[in-house]
Amino acid sequence: MRRSSDGRVLAGICAGISQSTGIDVTILRIGFVLVGLFVGFPVLIYAVAWLIVPLDTETTNIFSRAVADRRGIRLVIAVIPLVIVTQVVVSLLHVGFVGIFSWPVFLAAGLTILIWRNASEPERVWMQDDLVPMLSVESEGPGRWKLILRITAGAALAAGGIVVLILGHPSTAALRPLGGALLVIAAIVVVFGPWWLSLVRDLMAERQARALAEERAQMAAHVHDSVLQTLALIQRSAEDPQNVVRLARAQERELRAWLFEGRAPGSIGDEVTNLAEGVGLLQRHVEADHGITVQVVMVGDCPLTEGLRALLDAAREATVNSAKWSGAPQVSLYAEVEPGAVMLFVRDRGQGFDPAAVPADRQGIAQSIRARMARYGGTVVIRSVPGEGTEVELKMPVPTSTSTTGPR
Amino acid sequence: MSEGVRPRIFLVEDHAVFRAGVRAELGDAVEVVGEADEVEAAIELINERIPEVVLLDVHLPGGGGLAVLNGVLPHQPEVRFLALSVSDAPEDVIAVIRAGARGYITKTISGGELLQAVYRVAAGDAVFSPRLAGFVLDAFSHGAAADTVTTGLDPELDQISPREREVLRLIARGYTYKEVARDLTISAKTVESHVSSVLRKLQLSTRHELTRWATDRRLI
Repeated sequence: MRRSSDGRVLAGICAGISQSTGIDVTILRIGFVLVGLFVGFPVLIYAVAWLIVPLDTETTNIFSRAVADRRGIRLVIAVIPLVIVTQVVVSLLHVGFVGIFSWPVFLAAGLTILIWRNASEPERVWMQDDLVPMLSVESEGPGRWKLILRITAGAALAAGGIVVLILGHPSTAALRPLGGALLVIAAIVVVFGPWWLSLVRDLMAERQARALAEERAQMAAHVHDSVLQTLALIQRSAEDPQNVVRLARAQERELRAWLFEGRAPGSIGDEVTNLAEGVGLLQRHVEADHGITVQVVMVGDCPLTEGLRALLDAAREATVNSAKWSGAPQVSLYAEVEPGAVMLFVRDRGQGFDPAAVPADRQGIAQSIRARMARYGGTVVIRSVPGEGTEVELKMPVPTSTSTTGPR
Repeated sequence: MSEGVRPRIFLVEDHAVFRAGVRAELGDAVEVVGEADEVEAAIELINERIPEVVLLDVHLPGGGGLAVLNGVLPHQPEVRFLALSVSDAPEDVIAVIRAGARGYITKTISGGELLQAVYRVAAGDAVFSPRLAGFVLDAFSHGAAADTVTTGLDPELDQISPREREVLRLIARGYTYKEVARDLTISAKTVESHVSSVLRKLQLSTRHELTRWATDRRLI
């Protein structure tokens, strides 16, 4: 069984079960929620399933990745001294219930760190989009009021705490254990401080490495789309010197634009501002370069966002793949702007392939389509039947305010 | 209509080469009862011979395919028209559809598909290309709920049902009727009835998106 990445509401477990058993997903969901309301254990089972069942686009699950994530585990261990500090302070202040609560809180924090670090890319994007705005410190608009509110609330709580501390233990008797507590905390900081610092430094280095890897992946995708594509075309038209010269010159121009002007090759330039224009440009490019008919049907239009540019790049790659491998004379491209998302389908009636038989590291689908879409929270579904053709379904979420439907 | 019966068809097309090509492609599968290369002659001959299906070029000297439709349908409402067009741009096609054509095909269509379309129209069904399906989705999606309140649109004619929308979406993605039926687990007959219902709405609705296309027509 696999978790479904496209039909999911939370972790895609009900959708996954539905796909492997054929039971209607809505019935499963209602069942899960009803049983979960009366007895708690399905909720627990759901959470565990989320961790141990891999997503349908991946081969490993979150749990196995978390166990292998040494740095994440060290980070969790670093939380333990914090627990000790809390326990010390709590025992001094005689507020036992905080002590009892602090354990699950720290445990949950540690697990959250591990899960966050090892969740799959779309899930991370999803969590980030939904959770980070809650914690972020914005300095403009409504966020600023939230910040002021938060600081005020924090100051009030701290003042209250100090007042309770002093009133709860009248006279200097309270200050002596407090001094002791400070000493213990200082000791812990002295002992563990350098270790914490090194952990933070490690994390920063890791973040840089990840940014670098992402940049490399983007570069590989671009080179694949432009240089490698052109080289393949040149090989094909070797007997036509004029065409070879034309291709080489066009590629040279594109490469220069990328290296020296920072414009991504093969991607839609800044002069294109809405989706319909971008799709039209894609159609003309692919038809000119690959001699295949691209039949475009557009419903609605909206301004291009970063995510939609990535969607167009992915769509272009899918169309080019059809042109190169399917053997069909025509590709259908259908794009529809819906409230909250843009759906795009690329379909050919060519020879098709077995999606399970394609090695996971094949550049075309892996980098240019899936990774590109995942970077902006988009999803990809590929349906292909040998002998019947291939359909690539791309879905990119867009802010509701920017999507407009209606006649062009 | 089963594929064993030969529908009687009539060709209205001003390019002799194309007429010959269509005749050759359809071959023995149909009975061609006549041809015409301009509006006047077409109206006269169709009213006289009453074919089952008229293959009608949209761009025709002397008033276009539209004039033929207007000259025949009031007298012979049972004659079914299948429009032929160089492009499938909505501005070329919506006017003839609204004037009564049961569908349209582009001239690049293959022989087999052309025959399929002829059979379908002869049987009283509609022929929808992906582009036409996309156009309908576009024209009918725009502020459906708000429009009924403000402009008093008729929900029977001026809105398409969710199921019809699903069918159109699949056709727009390039699915054949058979594939649509399989994907939605309904019968091919049901797909056809959904499409016919959409065609009726497309012909009778007063949504301004449709009337605008129909009046802005660029027919020569």
